[in-house]
Amino acid sequence: MERIKTIETRDLTESAVNGGCGECQTSCQSACKTSCGVANQKCENCEEK
Amino acid sequence: MVHQYKLNGYNIVLDTCSGSVHVMDDIAYDITALCKEKSGEEIKKYILDKYEAENICEKDVDDCLEDIKALESAGKLFTPDTYENMAFDFKKRNSVIKALCLHVAHSCNLNCEYCFASQGKYHGERALMSFETGKRALDFLVENSGTRRNLEVDFFGGEPLMNWEVVKKLVEYAREIEKIHGKNFRFTLTTNGMLIDDDVIDFCNKEMSNVVLSLDGRKEVHDRFRKDYQGRGSYDVIVPKFQELVRRRGGKNYYMRGTFTHYNTDFTKDILSMADLGFTELSMEPVVCSPEDASALTESDLPVLFEQYEILAKEMIRRKKEGKGFTFYHYMLDLKHGPCIYKRISGCGSGTEYMAVTPSGDLYPCHQFVGDKKYLLGNIYDGVTNTEIQNEFKLCNAYAREECADCWAKLYCSGGCAANSYHASGSIKGVYKYGCELFKKRIECAVMLKVAEADEE
Repeated sequence: MERIKTIETRDLTESAVNGGCGECQTSCQSACKTSCGVANQKCENCEEK
Repeated sequence: MVHQYKLNGYNIVLDTCSGSVHVMDDIAYDITALCKEKSGEEIKKYILDKYEAENICEKDVDDCLEDIKALESAGKLFTPDTYENMAFDFKKRNSVIKALCLHVAHSCNLNCEYCFASQGKYHGERALMSFETGKRALDFLVENSGTRRNLEVDFFGGEPLMNWEVVKKLVEYAREIEKIHGKNFRFTLTTNGMLIDDDVIDFCNKEMSNVVLSLDGRKEVHDRFRKDYQGRGSYDVIVPKFQELVRRRGGKNYYMRGTFTHYNTDFTKDILSMADLGFTELSMEPVVCSPEDASALTESDLPVLFEQYEILAKEMIRRKKEGKGFTFYHYMLDLKHGPCIYKRISGCGSGTEYMAVTPSGDLYPCHQFVGDKKYLLGNIYDGVTNTEIQNEFKLCNAYAREECADCWAKLYCSGGCAANSYHASGSIKGVYKYGCELFKKRIECAVMLKVAEADEE
């Protein structure tokens, strides 16, 4: 596409099928402790190899 | 839902429900903004008028409209939001506990004025957790963890190093029981650093998956709040200890974690100060305190903070190119391998899969609710008995708040921090608007960094 560049991302719709194992870290357990965010958490099942 | 914004020379388009990120030129960016509101003819006229000087023809606009349609057909643009029912259902079904915040010491050797935990005491008496209580907490976690293998325990306080021998014994006990039950404990220690010594360094670097080291940045900023009971700043004591701990950590996870307040809205300087000390894993959080407090962030601070987040992102790009890169916790996005939709809709897990345990074994939904008796969930002996409160937390998700319905960021924050909502609005189902504004800005910057990274490749 000439005018649009798409960055490679995880397809969230697809993750509804293969996600939800729950093995990931709880959000506040890492560093913030005062402001929840989930987008920056790691997935235990598809970490970058 | 689509969110468009311009930052650092990039036109960025987020399709939040598919998670897609697009970078567009000005024409495609404008067409995307118009294509759900205007007809093809109206768009053509608008674009041809606006970009007359750039020799744009009708075919250019048609081609771009085709590309946008193709992205929509591929589920990468204008993806409908179909997750709401899933959010409520998923949390209803999910009843395991996978993480505990162990308050091993309700006591602190610093007297930081801005402390949300009231100098570690959480509005109660000073107390240390006994080994027996901690042991029971670990058993409680295992018993309630179902088939979850990874279990997390954060040694928190107050200052957990004031109860160091108990921490060590609890880790030893956990290592014994994890084998028996097929679990994997991951420990975190959050410390102000005052009591770090060789024993702490060796033990933490062997046993703690993560250490969170409290440092606010520049010496004068750090020492303004983080003082001992004689009023002396702690910077000079802790910085060499933190440097030694990190030097010997061998690449294992750690975070330097600071707090910024109304007094240092130029907090990027504090983050860079930490980077200049040789630390590379950095986190800096807005202060959590009453709006009446002099250190509370104000409305007039907001534009300054937005600018700071942008300055930080640009500086990170610059330093990375120079080989002096560092990580900022809130800008860590793994777009390809990040959290699944279940994680993104189900919130932080407080009160359901994550709980805080006081020195006497009481359970609270998270560390920020400790001491607020309304939110006492139960204890590690009898389990959760206040199911009414727990049910409220089960309903916390990305779709629980009216205010979030049209927010593009809800699948990034998952509805935000329940404690912040409670403190700002009186209800965990309320919204901490100020925090939302900061959060959205951070996500915009974080995505921009990914776009810039892709641009380099």
